[in-house]
Amino acid sequence: MAKTRIIMTEKVVPVFPKGVRLKFDKKRKQWVVLAPERMFVLDEIGISVMHCVDGKSNVDEIVDSLSKQFKAPREEILDDVVEMLQDMADKGVLDE
Amino acid sequence: MTVSIEPPLAMLAEITHRCPLRCPYCSNPLELSKRSHELSTKVWLNILDEASELGILQVHFSGGEPTVRDDLTVLIKHAEKKGLYSNLITSGVLIDKSKLDSFIDSGLQHIQLSIQGADSEVGDYIGGFPGGHQKKLEVAQLIHDVDLPLTLNAVVHRHNIGQIKKIINLAEKLHAQRLEVANVQYYGWGFFNRKNLLPTREQLMEATEEVNKARDRLKGKLVIDYVVPDYYARRPKACMGGWGRRFLNINPAGYVLPCHAAETIPGLRFERVTDKSLSEIWYHGSAFEAFRGTDWMPAPCSTCDRKEIDWGGCRCQAAAITGRPDATDPACELSPDHGSMNSIAQNESKPSQEQFQYRRM
Repeated sequence: MAKTRIIMTEKVVPVFPKGVRLKFDKKRKQWVVLAPERMFVLDEIGISVMHCVDGKSNVDEIVDSLSKQFKAPREEILDDVVEMLQDMADKGVLDE
Repeated sequence: MTVSIEPPLAMLAEITHRCPLRCPYCSNPLELSKRSHELSTKVWLNILDEASELGILQVHFSGGEPTVRDDLTVLIKHAEKKGLYSNLITSGVLIDKSKLDSFIDSGLQHIQLSIQGADSEVGDYIGGFPGGHQKKLEVAQLIHDVDLPLTLNAVVHRHNIGQIKKIINLAEKLHAQRLEVANVQYYGWGFFNRKNLLPTREQLMEATEEVNKARDRLKGKLVIDYVVPDYYARRPKACMGGWGRRFLNINPAGYVLPCHAAETIPGLRFERVTDKSLSEIWYHGSAFEAFRGTDWMPAPCSTCDRKEIDWGGCRCQAAAITGRPDATDPACELSPDHGSMNSIAQNESKPSQEQFQYRRM
């Protein structure tokens, strides 16, 4: 059977699975996520979130760190960050 | 309006046309390149340098069967060194554990493994290679064992589209992350065998329903890419994301093509990577300029609000059906030729098992 769907709750530690790379595209001067036969160009928020994916921090800690970085209240960004991580997980770009 | 030329994102490296399988819808041209015409390792290494310089991010090693070349490991290693994301598009039948390990050690990121059916009976019949299906199952297991992401690619047509549910189950069982259900594209060998491959409308509707059901059930576990065949479509696809916009293909003899089937279009002149730089061919090659952007478009494309969404659809298909490569893709219901495409689908699709012709050198 294939793996089960990952739900990005507070204690989940997101990681990039094999075959997924965060890369700075020098030619176009932008960050991209390279994945099997697809690629995603990230906006500024997306880049910040993806840079927090270090294989150690859980979702809670990622939200904390972004909250500090953008000087925004935790509760204001929580939903957006979780939604983005979930979306990336559903696309197979993040694992746990 | 002229659209500015962006650097390409991806390259399909068709390093050979040789292949042990004989699929009757092979995407290679009817006239296959001989081994003696294949580019040397040195030339391919040079191409990878140029590709990286040009802004290409992903390289898809393909064929033919790319693993027939014993320098594939060297090429993957060089792609990795140049920061290119490398993908292997393979039938799998020549891969064993040590070969797979050498690809992965060289930096391979992903494998797209083809299947020709859900079981040996159908798979081996379509591929024309006895024992092939079983071999693929073993390779999929090897890939899973080393934790490399796997896309399973199933080309579907009249003879196997009824197996769609089983194909999806197989993708799950083989731990694929993605399943591409690709309807045959009717150019080259597919066009040649069209009357023995086109599915019926009923077959297609059933398959579409199965895919939609499975997508809901498998959300977050298995991504299913599924594209309706053009012969039953109402709007064309943005073929290659637009001609000369994102993608280039290099064939075994070194000709640089805007898409793998571009040689089926009469009147285009292609250039070789051994004669000119990749950059010069991409930005100034006449074949790339021919249908790039929107200036070349006839009515109804020229005034259509979707012209920068579907880029006029597929040039190879327009050429194959209408004889005019610059016609609106007849898959579009606004095309004056859409009716003739509908009648082809109606007249040629049968639920029969008529014999097709296998690919041959």
